[in-house]
Amino acid sequence: MRVSVSWLREYVDIPADLPVGELEQALIDLGIEVESIVDLSATVTGQLVVGEVLEIEELTGFKKPIRFCRVDVGAANGTGEPQEIVCGARNFAPGDRVAVILPGGVLPGGFAIGARKTYGRNSNGMICSARELGLGDDHDGIVVLPADTPAKPGDDARPVVGLDDIVVEVEITPDRGYQMSLRGLARELAQALGVGFRDPGRVPATAGTTEPAYPVQVRDTVGCDRFAARLVRGVDPTAQTPNWMQQRLTVAGIRSISLPVDITNYVMLELGQPMHAYDADRIAGPLVVRRAEPGEKLTTLDGVTRALAPEDMVICDAGLPNPLAGEGAGVPISLAAVMGGETSEVVASTVNVLFEAAHWDPVMVGRTARRHKLFSEAAKRWERGVDPALPLVALDRAVALLTRHAGGDAGAEVLDLDHVRPRTPIVLPVDLPSRRVGVDYPPARVIALLEQVGCTVARGADRLAEDPGDAGVATVDGEALSVTPPTWRLDLTDPADLVEEVARLDGYANVPSLLPTAPPGRGLTWQQRRNRSVSRSLAERGHVEVLAHPFVSPGFADQLGLPEGDPRRQAVRLANPLSEEEPLLRTMLLGPLLGIVKRNLGRGLRDLSLYEIGTVFHPRPDAGSPPAMGVDRRPTDAEFAVADAVVPHQPRHVAVVLTGDVEPAGWWGGGRAANWADAVEAGRAVLAAAGVPDWRVEVRATEYAPWHPGRCAELLVDGVVVGHAGELHPAVVATLELPRRTCAMELDLDALPVPPVASAPTVSGFPPALIDVALVVDDQVPAEAVRQALAEGAGELLESVRLFDVYASEQLGAGRKSLAYKLAFRAPDRTLTVDEAVAARDAAVARAAELFGATLRGA
Amino acid sequence: MSYRNDPYDPKQVALLDPAALGQAVTEAEKAFAAAGDPDVLAAVRPAHLGDRAPVALARREIGALPPAAKADAGKRVNEARRAIEQAYAARAEVLEREQAERVLASEGVDVTLPYDRRPRGSRHPITVLMEQVSDLFVGMGYEVAEGPEVELEWTNFDALNIPADHPARGLMDTFHIAPAEASGLVLRTHTSPVQARTMLSRQPPIYVIAPGRVYRTDELDATHAPVFHQVEGLVVDRGITMAHLRGTLDHFARAMFGPDAKTRFRPHYFPFTEPSAEFDIWFPEHRDGPRWVEWGGCGMVNPRVLRACGIDPEVYSGFAFGMGIDRTVMFRHGVSDMRDMAEGDVRFTRAFGAGV
Repeated sequence: MRVSVSWLREYVDIPADLPVGELEQALIDLGIEVESIVDLSATVTGQLVVGEVLEIEELTGFKKPIRFCRVDVGAANGTGEPQEIVCGARNFAPGDRVAVILPGGVLPGGFAIGARKTYGRNSNGMICSARELGLGDDHDGIVVLPADTPAKPGDDARPVVGLDDIVVEVEITPDRGYQMSLRGLARELAQALGVGFRDPGRVPATAGTTEPAYPVQVRDTVGCDRFAARLVRGVDPTAQTPNWMQQRLTVAGIRSISLPVDITNYVMLELGQPMHAYDADRIAGPLVVRRAEPGEKLTTLDGVTRALAPEDMVICDAGLPNPLAGEGAGVPISLAAVMGGETSEVVASTVNVLFEAAHWDPVMVGRTARRHKLFSEAAKRWERGVDPALPLVALDRAVALLTRHAGGDAGAEVLDLDHVRPRTPIVLPVDLPSRRVGVDYPPARVIALLEQVGCTVARGADRLAEDPGDAGVATVDGEALSVTPPTWRLDLTDPADLVEEVARLDGYANVPSLLPTAPPGRGLTWQQRRNRSVSRSLAERGHVEVLAHPFVSPGFADQLGLPEGDPRRQAVRLANPLSEEEPLLRTMLLGPLLGIVKRNLGRGLRDLSLYEIGTVFHPRPDAGSPPAMGVDRRPTDAEFAVADAVVPHQPRHVAVVLTGDVEPAGWWGGGRAANWADAVEAGRAVLAAAGVPDWRVEVRATEYAPWHPGRCAELLVDGVVVGHAGELHPAVVATLELPRRTCAMELDLDALPVPPVASAPTVSGFPPALIDVALVVDDQVPAEAVRQALAEGAGELLESVRLFDVYASEQLGAGRKSLAYKLAFRAPDRTLTVDEAVAARDAAVARAAELFGATLRGA
Repeated sequence: MSYRNDPYDPKQVALLDPAALGQAVTEAEKAFAAAGDPDVLAAVRPAHLGDRAPVALARREIGALPPAAKADAGKRVNEARRAIEQAYAARAEVLEREQAERVLASEGVDVTLPYDRRPRGSRHPITVLMEQVSDLFVGMGYEVAEGPEVELEWTNFDALNIPADHPARGLMDTFHIAPAEASGLVLRTHTSPVQARTMLSRQPPIYVIAPGRVYRTDELDATHAPVFHQVEGLVVDRGITMAHLRGTLDHFARAMFGPDAKTRFRPHYFPFTEPSAEFDIWFPEHRDGPRWVEWGGCGMVNPRVLRACGIDPEVYSGFAFGMGIDRTVMFRHGVSDMRDMAEGDVRFTRAFGAGV
């Protein structure tokens, strides 16, 4: 909301010498976000003067019509001769007075004005639009001063166009609808600055009369709990909106339309009461206020024909027959509280104006606005709450403005169908603000602050006894206040709201700083420690962490070659994705991670080793909808468990992608390209970092998309598959245009067991016996299986077994390979004899021979 | 050779002559000095200290002397021998030291050669900051709480006093899970649902910190991202006040940004807290000069939220706060474009190292 300080001053005595900074601070301390605060007098430099258009010459032959104007700027140009200016706008005629900036001047945004040749003519200055002057967004034409403007050519145009003012743009939080008006802002500022306030909303208003101003029937008093109207007959349809009103609307970003409509907008800005003006002659019969019927349509003022929903409130013309809605229901002519309709709007010939000032259900308005995507200024205010006491005041104000500027006869009849229910008081233990905020507010201070914002405060503990439940808090010393908020404070419903008011008005700056003492905590969980350990381990191993967005396209499963029926094809789908291309949430980290690999490759980075730790999403099949749960009480554990069972399974995964060199070439020799083994090792490193002992880890060959069927390992812990690693399938690599031999690993961290408490080994001080064996086996036999056989056969004396060479040759024969192992034997209590060591070695080899036909090489 | 009973062999006895012994010492010293390295020195040793060396031969002649002369001669031989041994040891020490120096000199390398054979990895600054924040609060006795990213609308909104038609719900720019109305699920728009889950799962006193990923339907640009990170703090205990909230945030600010850091509260609106505030931090090291930086939102947990989560607001009160991790990384490290944190360019992340 944008307002000028000069307007605010009509209601609040802002000190004349208040620095802009202090005004801003006062607003901030009130909880009003200041988007901008601009001293307009400093925004335009140089000569900005009133000019009178003397002659207009239309220039043709250009892409758009251009006008060459001679403008009387008095003596401002030093010569007194008319100023020659080229102008692209068309909304003015000879005799109009306009705002002219002369060469040497600078408009907002550093736009310097000079004399220049354009469209074949010399242009000495510029005729300005509201937007060019920084006054608003209107750029449809230049500013034409109203005829009654008391200014002559050559006068400084700043005060005339409103550039002698300070404009404040504020953002109002969604709870404080009452601040969305001059009335509300002025009230708040008066409190903050401790200065006088004149409430334009609390003035005597003409009461409703028995005879209505216009026949109206309200059929739904929930949607519309107050409907007031007044009729003004015989206004001058040619009457113009006065300059000052136009200016204030312009600052607020509202375009001037016609005097009656401008008045409704002006009153909305001033008081916060959205209004509507009808041409009474364009309504056939009585008005009916009701919910829309299915199938009904309405063309709103923006020219859009809207299908109405049964929840929308509409104002109908009962003079028109409507087979859809039944007898006397009429045809919708206005979408209540949101936007009027075309058929009854005020037009250029309107002489009888019917003003409506109603009060609508904020929830209904919010839904209607969202349904029709119509976030009008009126809807914004309704949704945030409008003072239900305003309609008659607003009508009086609108009628007075209209008759003053357009004449006419305001009828004595005032319609007021008032079903507003009185506010119930809130019971506030007087010490609650102190107990919640930590500042000692004496009872008198609490009462004074609440009264300052318009609350009616009664002292007395007896009320608490009557209604303890609503307070939600017990009072310590028994004294309670009964607080009735003012009609405009719809945000004040709970004791906590009053606590906030006390703290806010007293000043948040007064809240002291005190550190609470938490009970002893248990530190991080083992899963949290594990995730950190894994992350750190991967970084230490040379991988770089990325945080990818989890959105993927439906085609990605095909690109990765996931088979039909693969559970990873079942993805959670977004109803409103940012990109229609990527409506799914990832079921594996690799998808988005490969995208990041490609982005890096595209930027010329070839040696990549990336990792991510993040969530993947697996929908619950046939989950259905969670049951509705209220908020008036805690859901039972059973109720919440049923709801929680609908939430997708979201395990935390870790993934690594490798491409290019993992070791660069250097003075030490050549580089080493990433290969499948690096990916498998990354998986083993993750398991080790997660505290899984090596002996519980198994690695075995498998076929699993999107990996190369001959180069894919599955990683198992305690016999359960937890992840996969290896080289990506060449077809996948080709489809995704990744470098050949790109390798990857992905593992489900949440599938890993609790790290065991390791038991200490017996560290023997006796020397080891080291024996190497080279075994020849069929080349299909996995090295890991041979290792296990050796370990099994060697028995307790074996300390370690390590594969140190793999070798194939013609001499060994086709389909054979030699595996060379280093065996270390050691006893806890003695030095092993050669015989003992050899016997253990023989037993190890015998087991390998038994299981895999292994023979000792050279034996 | 001499014999025991042949004491007057002048030729043999001549070896015991002081002059002869002195010469043996001189010659040994000369020979040792001439040796240029420990091997040569070792080679000449037998000639002066070995079995056939002059001092060794002289010792043998002592027996041939009359008893009166023996002691004197023995002393002379021992002194000569000791002198030679000392000369040898001294020379050996010098030579060994010289040789060691030669070896060290010859083994010198260019230590400025790069050895980036195992490239260093790095962790994302967002991860590191989330850990730092968690550690700070864990040190204060808090525990780290977590929740799902696809979340029930109930925990993301309803339980937090954001009913279906509340304008605040519209401001959240929510990703809904299909089918939109029926699923009852959203990508969580803030970490606040973790508050609800925490309160549902445990009784006060509650002191938790909840870092995590959140989602809004904003296109990625320099200042917005559809995916970003927040950290949420929640305390529910007896007698908790807004002063405790401020004290906690002040402590947090000083721990993160140094002893001169300070916070300021501005009244604001959040449905799940009442009173509510936004808080700014005074950040002297801002790349564009010292200034207040908007840091997050906070307030006293709304009694309606406590009630919906089964905590008696008559007995307990609490505070909650939350701030953007990405935002904090941006102003703390001078990141000017949000996209740098989301795109995964390794050059960006590498600049932050592994994080401590």
